[in-house]
Amino acid sequence: MSNPVNLTINGQPVQAPPGTLVIDAAKTVGIQIPAFCYYQGLSLQAACRMCLVDVEKAPKLLAACTLLVGEGMVVNTESPAVVKARKDMLEFLLSNHPLDCPVCDKGGECELQDMVFRYGAGESRFTEVKLHVDEKQWSPVVFFDAPRCILCYRCVRICDEGLGVKALGITNRGAYSEITPNMGTHLECDECGSCIDICPVGALTSGIYRYQTRPWEMEHVGTICTHCGDGCKTTLGVRNSEIIRGNNRDRSGINGEFLCIKGRYGFDFVNHQERLQSPLVRVDGKLEEASWSSALALVAAKFSSIESAGGKIGVVGSSRTTNEENFYLQKFVRQGLHSPHIDHRRSGDVAGLLDALSGKTGALAATADLYTANSLLVIGADLAQQHPFLAFQIRANWRHHQSRTYVVASGPVREDSFATRTVQAAPGTEMDALAGLADSLRAAGNLVIVFGDAVQGDAVRRLVDFGSGLGIPVKYLCLVDYSNSRGALDMGLAPDLLPGYRPAPETGMTVAQMLADKDLAALWVVGANPLEKTALASSSAFVVVQDLFLTETAQRADVIFPAASAYEKNGTVTNTCGEVQRLQKGLGVMGAKPDLDIFALLARHMRLNLGATQPDKIFEEIRASVSGYNVAPMVLATGGAALTNPVNGRVPQSAAAAIASSRDTLFTSGTLGRYSKILGNVMEAPGGLYQR
Amino acid sequence: MTFSQETEARFERLLSSYPEGRHRAALIPMLMYAQDEVGLVTQELKEEVARRCGVTPLQVDEVVGYYTMLRSKPMGKTHLQICTNISCLLRGGDKLWDQACHKLGIGHNEVTADGAVSLEEVECIGACSWAPAIQVNYDFRHNVTPDQLDKLMDQLRGAQ
Ligand code: SF4
Ligand code: SF4
Ligand code: SF4
Ligand code: FES
Ligand code: FES
Repeated sequence: MSNPVNLTINGQPVQAPPGTLVIDAAKTVGIQIPAFCYYQGLSLQAACRMCLVDVEKAPKLLAACTLLVGEGMVVNTESPAVVKARKDMLEFLLSNHPLDCPVCDKGGECELQDMVFRYGAGESRFTEVKLHVDEKQWSPVVFFDAPRCILCYRCVRICDEGLGVKALGITNRGAYSEITPNMGTHLECDECGSCIDICPVGALTSGIYRYQTRPWEMEHVGTICTHCGDGCKTTLGVRNSEIIRGNNRDRSGINGEFLCIKGRYGFDFVNHQERLQSPLVRVDGKLEEASWSSALALVAAKFSSIESAGGKIGVVGSSRTTNEENFYLQKFVRQGLHSPHIDHRRSGDVAGLLDALSGKTGALAATADLYTANSLLVIGADLAQQHPFLAFQIRANWRHHQSRTYVVASGPVREDSFATRTVQAAPGTEMDALAGLADSLRAAGNLVIVFGDAVQGDAVRRLVDFGSGLGIPVKYLCLVDYSNSRGALDMGLAPDLLPGYRPAPETGMTVAQMLADKDLAALWVVGANPLEKTALASSSAFVVVQDLFLTETAQRADVIFPAASAYEKNGTVTNTCGEVQRLQKGLGVMGAKPDLDIFALLARHMRLNLGATQPDKIFEEIRASVSGYNVAPMVLATGGAALTNPVNGRVPQSAAAAIASSRDTLFTSGTLGRYSKILGNVMEAPGGLYQR
Repeated sequence: MTFSQETEARFERLLSSYPEGRHRAALIPMLMYAQDEVGLVTQELKEEVARRCGVTPLQVDEVVGYYTMLRSKPMGKTHLQICTNISCLLRGGDKLWDQACHKLGIGHNEVTADGAVSLEEVECIGACSWAPAIQVNYDFRHNVTPDQLDKLMDQLRGAQ
C-alpha cells in the first residue's frame, strides 16, 4: 500500500490511506462529522452541506464528505464558523419542514431530529407560509410525504446503485423539488423498502409500519429471515406479541442493511386469520379440533402399532425448520421409528457439489465472497428474483471493486446490465456455454461460480472439473430455495445420508417414492406441502402433518399439529452458502408450538428417549457429531454467521433424489408466500422468472 | 419515434461525440434539438430520448423538470424571453417586461391566442454588458429600447 497521509483533526494526529474522505478519517479517531447525504457505499452527493468543516488555509468551509485527506491538512470540525454553519443549514432544512414529529413514524429515530437536538437552533426566522404537499401512496409498501423530505438523494441512490432498479428520481427544482416514482403516480419496482429505511427523516414511510407504534415501544429481536436461502438477518420490531416491522438498520449480519420485501415485510403470515391454532383430528371424515394430549396420544399409538406391524412410515421434513429440529427429527425417525424413509424437497445439488469437491479445501463460497471475488460466474439462475441478497452482493462488488460478472442464462436477468459477458443458453445446454468463457475467467485471477438447479448430478462434477482446469482459485455456491434447505440436507433429511453426509446403513424412499408407494402405512409431513400437486397413492396411509396452515397436504391429514414459524422459535439455520446463524424467538402465537416441542411431546407419548430436546443442547450434539458444524459458539451467540466446513471426502449417494427449485420469485415464497397479504398485494406479484 | 433527416443526423453526431457508455451526456442537447422540431417535450419524446441515451424515462423527467428551457407545454412560434435580473433591471428591463405583457395581453409562460408569440421572464442570460437584453428564440437583442421592442412585437404578430 502507498504511504499513509498524515493530517490533524481537532488537534489529533490522524493517519489515513490516500484517497480517504475526511469524514471517514475523522471516524477512525472517534470524531463524528454530522452528515445527511453522505452514505457509505453509495456515490457522493454533497447535497446537504451538513458536513462542512474548517480546513486551515482554505478560504471557505469545505464539505468533509467529498474532501480527500491531504498531507499536512489541519481540519477543525468544531470551530465557531462550523458550529454556526451547521445551525444555519439546519435552519434551512427546517424552513419548510412540517415539524410534525409527534405523528411522524420516524420520531425517536430520526436523523434530522437528532441533529437539530444536537447542533440546531431552537428557533426559526422563517415566518412565511410553508409549502404543503399532500402525502402520496405509491404502492402498498411505499408512501411519500414530500414536505418532510430533506432532498438528501439517499433513496434515489440506493434504488439505482444498490438495487439496480432506478425507480426513484427527483423532479422540479428548488423548493419544489420532489422525489418522484418511475410510473409518475405509482411505483413499479422491487418493493424492497430499502428507500424507506435509508431515508433519514419520515418522508418515505411503509404501508406496513406507518402510524403503528413508536420505535421505543417495540422489542427489537434480531433473527434470520425465513424466506429464501440467502439467510439475511432481519430485526423484528415486536410489540404485544405482534411483529410490526422488520429491518436491519444496525447493518449487522451478513446482509448489512439489505433486505428484500420478504425479509422486511413478509412476516405477516404470522397472524393470518387462517393460521392453525389447535390440533385437528379427522373424525368421521372431517377434521375437528382436538386437545394436544388426545391428538398426540392418537399419533403415538398409531405410529407404535404401524412400527410393530412392520408397516412403512415415510417422513417428509421441511426446508424452513431449524437444524436442531431436523437433527432431532431424523433421530426420531431412524432410531425411534426404525424407518429409513426420510427426505425433504431438494432444490439444489449440494450433495453432488460436496462430493465433487472431495479433497479440496476452501472451495465453498460464503456470501462475503460474492462481494470480494474478482469475477463471478452465474449459471442458470435469476438472482434478482430468486436470491435477492446474493444479487445485491454481486452488484455491490461490481460497483465498488469493478469485479467482472459472467452470466449463463436462458433469458434476460438483471445482472446483464453490468455483466462483462452474457451467454444465452437454452435450459439444459448451460454447461456447453462454459468452454467459451474459460480464457476470460482464467485472466481474472479468482472466481466464484454460482449455480442453480440447472446444474445437477454429473453436470456438477463437470463444472468442478471445468473450475479446476482454470488453474486459479475457484469457489462454488450451490443455490437452494429456502432458509434452511441447506441445513435440512446437512442434518440428514435424506433417505441415503445421515447428518454430515455419512452413508445411511439402509437407503430409504425419496419423497416421490413415498407418495407413489401404495403400501405406505403412514406419512408424517413436517412443514412441507408434497401433496400440493401430487396425490398420495396409498389410500390407507395414516397422515400426520405439522404446519402453520391448512395446506393441500394438511387437508389429506388424519392429524394436524399447529406449528410455529421461524419467527416464533429459537435454534439455528444454515443458508445456501452453508453459513449457520441463530434464530431468536420474537413472539409466540397462541396454540402453535415449535416443531421441536411437538417432536419431543410425541417422543414422550411413545416413551422414546432420544436425548436432549432443548435447541441449545441439540446444537451441542450437532457441533460434536455433524461434520463441519464444529463452529465457534461465540460467533453464533453474538449474532454472527459461521461458515460450515462440511465433509471432505466422497459423498455416497444411493437414492435417486429429484432436485428441482420451486422457482419462487421476489414476491412468492412457497406456502408462506400464499399467506402473506403484503406479498400478494403489490402489483408486481407474483413476478416472473426468465425460465418458465 | 422518428425525426427529420437533419435532426437524425444531428443526433448521430451528438451520440458519436461521447465515449461508449457515456451517452447520457447527450441528453440535454438531444432534448433541445428534439423540442425545436416537435415544439414541446411530450411523454413520447421523453421515452424516445431515454432510449437513445440509455437512461430511464424518469431520469429524463428529472432533467426536463429542472431546466426551464425544456417545456412540457407548447410555446409560441416565437419565444420571447425578457431578462429582469439586476443589470437589466437597472437599465429598464422590468419596464420592457411590463410593456410586453401589456401589448401581447399575456403573462409569464403564456402564449398569445393565435399561437404566434410566447413570453417568459428570465433571470440573467449572460448579456449584462449590453443590458437590457432579450432573447428571441435563440437570438440575442442587446441594449433594447421600448421602441425596438414595440416594433419587434408588431413584426412577430404580423409575421404569422
Ligand atoms: S421499494 Fe426498493 S425498489 Fe422500490 S423504489 Fe424503494 S428502493 Fe427502489
Ligand atoms: S425521501 Fe428521504 S431519502 Fe429520499 S431524498 Fe427525501 S429525505 Fe432523502
Ligand atoms: S434475500 Fe432472501 S433471506 Fe434476504 S430478505 Fe429476501 S427472502 Fe429473506
Ligand atoms: S454529507 Fe457532506 S454535503 Fe451532505
Ligand atoms: S441581468 Fe440581464 S443579462 Fe445579466
